[in-house]
Amino acid sequence: MGFANSQNKIIRWVEYRLPVLKWLDAQLIDYPTPKNLNYWWNFGSLAGVMLVVQIVTGIVLAMHYMPHGDYAFDSVEHIMRDVSWGWLLRYLHSNGGSMFFAVVYIHIFRGLYYGSYKAPREILWWFGLIILFLMMMTAFLGYVLPWGQMSFWAATVITSMFSAIPWVGDELVVWLWGGYSVDSPTLTRFYSLHYLFPFLIVGVVFVHLWALHVHGSNSPLGIDIKRPDQDKIPFHPYYTVKDLFGMMVMFFILAVFVFYLPNMLGEVINYEKANPLVTPPHIVPEWYFLPFYAILRAVPDKLGGVIAMGASISIFFVLPWLDVSKVRSAKFRPIYRQFFWIFLGDCIVLGIVGANPPEGTWLLMGRLATAYYFLHLLVIIPLIGKFEKPRPVPEGIGEPVLKDAGAPAKEG
Amino acid sequence: MGVPRVALFLAAAIGLAVALAGAALAGVARAAEEVELKEHDWAHAGVFSSFDPAQLRRGFQVYTEVCAVCHSMQYLAFRNLMEIGFSEDEVKELAADYVVIDGPDNEGEMFERDARPSDYFPSPFPNENAARYANNGAFPLDLSLIIKAREDGLDYVYSLLTGFEEEPPEGFELPEDFELADGMYFNRYFPGHQIAMPQPLYDDFVEYEDGTVASIDQMSEDVTVFLDWIAEPKSDERKKIGLRVLIFLAVFSALMYAVKVHVWSKLH
Ligand code: HEC
Ligand code: HEM
Repeated sequence: MGFANSQNKIIRWVEYRLPVLKWLDAQLIDYPTPKNLNYWWNFGSLAGVMLVVQIVTGIVLAMHYMPHGDYAFDSVEHIMRDVSWGWLLRYLHSNGGSMFFAVVYIHIFRGLYYGSYKAPREILWWFGLIILFLMMMTAFLGYVLPWGQMSFWAATVITSMFSAIPWVGDELVVWLWGGYSVDSPTLTRFYSLHYLFPFLIVGVVFVHLWALHVHGSNSPLGIDIKRPDQDKIPFHPYYTVKDLFGMMVMFFILAVFVFYLPNMLGEVINYEKANPLVTPPHIVPEWYFLPFYAILRAVPDKLGGVIAMGASISIFFVLPWLDVSKVRSAKFRPIYRQFFWIFLGDCIVLGIVGANPPEGTWLLMGRLATAYYFLHLLVIIPLIGKFEKPRPVPEGIGEPVLKDAGAPAKEG
Repeated sequence: MGVPRVALFLAAAIGLAVALAGAALAGVARAAEEVELKEHDWAHAGVFSSFDPAQLRRGFQVYTEVCAVCHSMQYLAFRNLMEIGFSEDEVKELAADYVVIDGPDNEGEMFERDARPSDYFPSPFPNENAARYANNGAFPLDLSLIIKAREDGLDYVYSLLTGFEEEPPEGFELPEDFELADGMYFNRYFPGHQIAMPQPLYDDFVEYEDGTVASIDQMSEDVTVFLDWIAEPKSDERKKIGLRVLIFLAVFSALMYAVKVHVWSKLH
């Protein structure tokens, strides 16, 4: 099996000097993978596919887009109306951003459920978090580019957060804006960075995969695999076909949005050109930022809010040490498993709160949900790790050593 | 295993219930502030339906004869009308009725000339200040994107156009400090219930070429549909292509699933 066995003279010549195909074979074809991965393991490759979709559509959009306050909005309408397939490119790119986040969030919660962040995968986990951070930057910058009302006001609200930093805050914001308010210079630099960041993501993705391939994928059982000959299978063809199937399903869902609900996830007011004199009644970010937005606004103090929001992601860097349990998979952790679902529910509640004005019941709910968010990560997880009695963990994937060890691992 | 599961579901259910109740309460609170829009049946808006060229033509007529007095439509070029069934000659003739400013010529002067199909519709006012000056300080915004720029755009514009009344009707709940300002008109559906736009449509304001009776409702519907088209002229194409793409992806997914099952069946 593999590309590297080719007898083609040219290929042999290159291969002798730079064994690219051998490397690809090892990483993509023969790469030994646990044989019991479920469909939640599809989401990593789906995220990779979405990254490619964003870059390809983005590069073509960039050929028609104009990063200037006077022309940006019109150039996006020009893309929608006059550029061949422009509407398709733009809707793929704007809904693709949402799809990308949905896929990555599922990917992350998969990791939380099956303990994929634990030793020896801490660095792999970190690089995943760096990707998330870069994605958030990229999406925020991209959302400013169409230069609609929400673009402008989201940029204003988010960049103004930096003014909360003591001493240098105000000057920092002026430096970010390239002026005394969000304006054309801001747009132009955001465009430059929006073009740059996805390629940084590509770089970090390679490190992420490098780290992954050192110890291989975790699995639903969360065990160290001791008999690879029995429990692992080559990536190709088993996981290539499974990933292709997953990809088609994802494209189907993406297509439903692109062709039939292209503006559902956007804010209508972004079809009005940016106007510094008119503030929209509700300034809300894209859905994938809502939980963080709720945390930002739950804290009464501006600086405190910014710190809480930053912490809500940064804490995940030390999660491998907060969770002291040696058992990875929630399958064998009866208590953790329940709190996992409650935490997921808490994040959804935060998302709903983030979409609503921070008043009355909403504010209260936001504060409770924020408090619980940190309680879960900083207190509940360490306590469970300490006191929970995990159920017996099987030795291998093939046959569970103990019959009552959860549902017997499915073969094949 | 029974008890913890039940506890989990209970917790989840309570969490969800609280969230939904909160959302519903907030929804009720907001609905009280805003008036519910008229729910019109939009024949062109379905997944499988498309614009009716005759209706677009009527809507275009209402726009040019009424709305264009005050509102610009900067993304509409005369050539675009060929997409809704106007012939090239019709478009040329129509464009020639308009005057645009071109130049500078060889002597450096700007000059006026008849519009050509490639020109965009001229705006009724040279700039925003002029538009405000003529409209009591209010700005008649560009209508090219209005349907996409408002929540429930179709119902909203239709309701707005048919929502003018001499004065607030009996029993209509108004904010306490409501006072109809000078040069403002009562409209049930506009945020704040007073708008600087006078009622633009009255029965038989236009005479339709196809003989359709030009009632307020009819004209409002026609012009709203036309505005929907100009907000996204490619939407019919999008829906049509979308159907083929979805069918292709569904078939291909099923195929890939079969391949997957086949490949994995060799494993034991
Ligand atoms: C006499 C001038 C005039 C005419 C004719 C006119 N409008 Fe307006 N329109 C205005 C002004 C002025 C405003 C701004 C109102 C305000 O801000 O209070 C406006 C606002 C609107 C709005 C905006 C509501 C919003 O949510 O901001 C819509 C939609 C609209 N007009 C549609 C139309 C349509 C459709 C027609 C043709 C049938 C039309 N108008 C004809 C002057 C006019
Ligand atoms: C990580 C990958 C990326 C993400 C998550 C992302 C996200 C976004 C988002 C959310 C928007 C706003 C869409 C809208 O509301 O209209 C946008 C716009 C844009 N992006 Fe990206 N993008 C990515 C990669 C790229 C790349 C690589 C390029 C160029 C090479 C690019 C070029 C553009 C352009 C030109 C626009 C403005 C046009 C428009 O608004 O449709 N993007 N992006």
